[in-house]
Amino acid sequence: MEHRVRAPLSEGDVYRLSAGDVVWLSGVIYTARDKAHQRLSEVSFDLRGGVIYHCGPLIRDTTVVSAGPTSSVRLARYLPHVLDLGVRCIIGKGGMPGAAELIRGRAVYLAYPGGCGAAAARSLRVRGVSLPELGMAEAVWELEALNLGPMVVAIDSHGRDLYREVRESAKRHLKL
Amino acid sequence: MRRPDVVEATEAVLRRAQTSLPGWVVRSIESALRRERSEIARYHLEAILDNIRIAEADARPICQDTGLPVFHVEIGDRCHIDFDLWEAIAEGVRMATAKGMLRPNVVDPLNRSNTGDNTGPGMPCLIVDGVAGDALRITAFPKGAGSENMSFLGMLNPADDPLDYILENLAERVSNACPPVFVGVGIGGTFDQAASLAKRAVMGIPGDSEEELLLLKRINDLGIGPMGLGGDTTALGVKIERAFCHTASLPVAVNLQCWANRRATVIVTEDGWSIE
Repeated sequence: MEHRVRAPLSEGDVYRLSAGDVVWLSGVIYTARDKAHQRLSEVSFDLRGGVIYHCGPLIRDTTVVSAGPTSSVRLARYLPHVLDLGVRCIIGKGGMPGAAELIRGRAVYLAYPGGCGAAAARSLRVRGVSLPELGMAEAVWELEALNLGPMVVAIDSHGRDLYREVRESAKRHLKL
Repeated sequence: MRRPDVVEATEAVLRRAQTSLPGWVVRSIESALRRERSEIARYHLEAILDNIRIAEADARPICQDTGLPVFHVEIGDRCHIDFDLWEAIAEGVRMATAKGMLRPNVVDPLNRSNTGDNTGPGMPCLIVDGVAGDALRITAFPKGAGSENMSFLGMLNPADDPLDYILENLAERVSNACPPVFVGVGIGGTFDQAASLAKRAVMGIPGDSEEELLLLKRINDLGIGPMGLGGDTTALGVKIERAFCHTASLPVAVNLQCWANRRATVIVTEDGWSIE
């Protein structure tokens, strides 16, 4: 199923998205990677219902030049804190071990195709920045997305985690 | 040979490597799309091909992770170089960064402070070979962290099966390396030789020996697929390089390269430079 959704997301928006669905997203999103996650409480933006994008963009002046996802696995340790701040959607690549249990009934994880920074940049505009002292890649950029996608619902709010299913199937295949 | 030519050539070759992929890389993704049976996988492969077209049309970096500045430098035996070659290439990297073609990625490994210009002790990383001729050949291999972080090396027991070791690790790790990937395998030698062979293998892709094609098939049979979401296309190519090793050792290294297999070459001579 294909969905067009707008951030911030409601509980109902999240509930309607099932693993394997394709999503195009518009509205405000926030980039955050390693250093920003350590200081997320200091971020000046309201993250309730918000979207966190695991991304360290390449920005020239205030133009987004290239902005694909970074590996979410490094940020899995911060997920409980991120959810406590009210975030309902995480965009990244590669998935987050243990996320399915934590986001159940609360949030959704969308996979943006890794490496596709040029295409993503065409759908993103800079609105603001928080923690700029962390540098271009690590700062929290407030971006306006216009039909960002295609993204795949990879971990849904109903307990399904496509990465885990694929990995477990690969391991079963190796044991045969 | 003039230093300003090397600086300019380095900046130009980085720009080319960041914004367009070699034709054979694009064709290998296109042919994977034709074979792919999973719908989610086809979505991803189509998005990847769109992204490659957009990057080239807009002259934007394909991926925001413009990587570490890694270069293969082949120096002709009749080249006359009377300046610090590493420093000239570093200057080209700084120039490309200042022009917004490279994201500042290079940090101190311990205090994590960013140098802001993509250079620092040991960076750029040069892999140097002496060759015949009067030209200097510089190939840029920008290396992103996603695939580099998922690379691995093991000092196996000689009784172990290297194929099992490789497949078990890939099953666990490859979904974070932006698959479909290219896989460089180094077997044998010493600890550092195995890593270096794996690096040279992935620089030299594609491979078509019987064992390379068998490993490629076994990786794709895992069903991990593009971005780890399932499918027939996990790897696009495998290359194996080997060195003889100690009777008590079996070093095995795997260097992964994401689908954005960026590379471009510039030739510098006494007369100037040209992108190959």
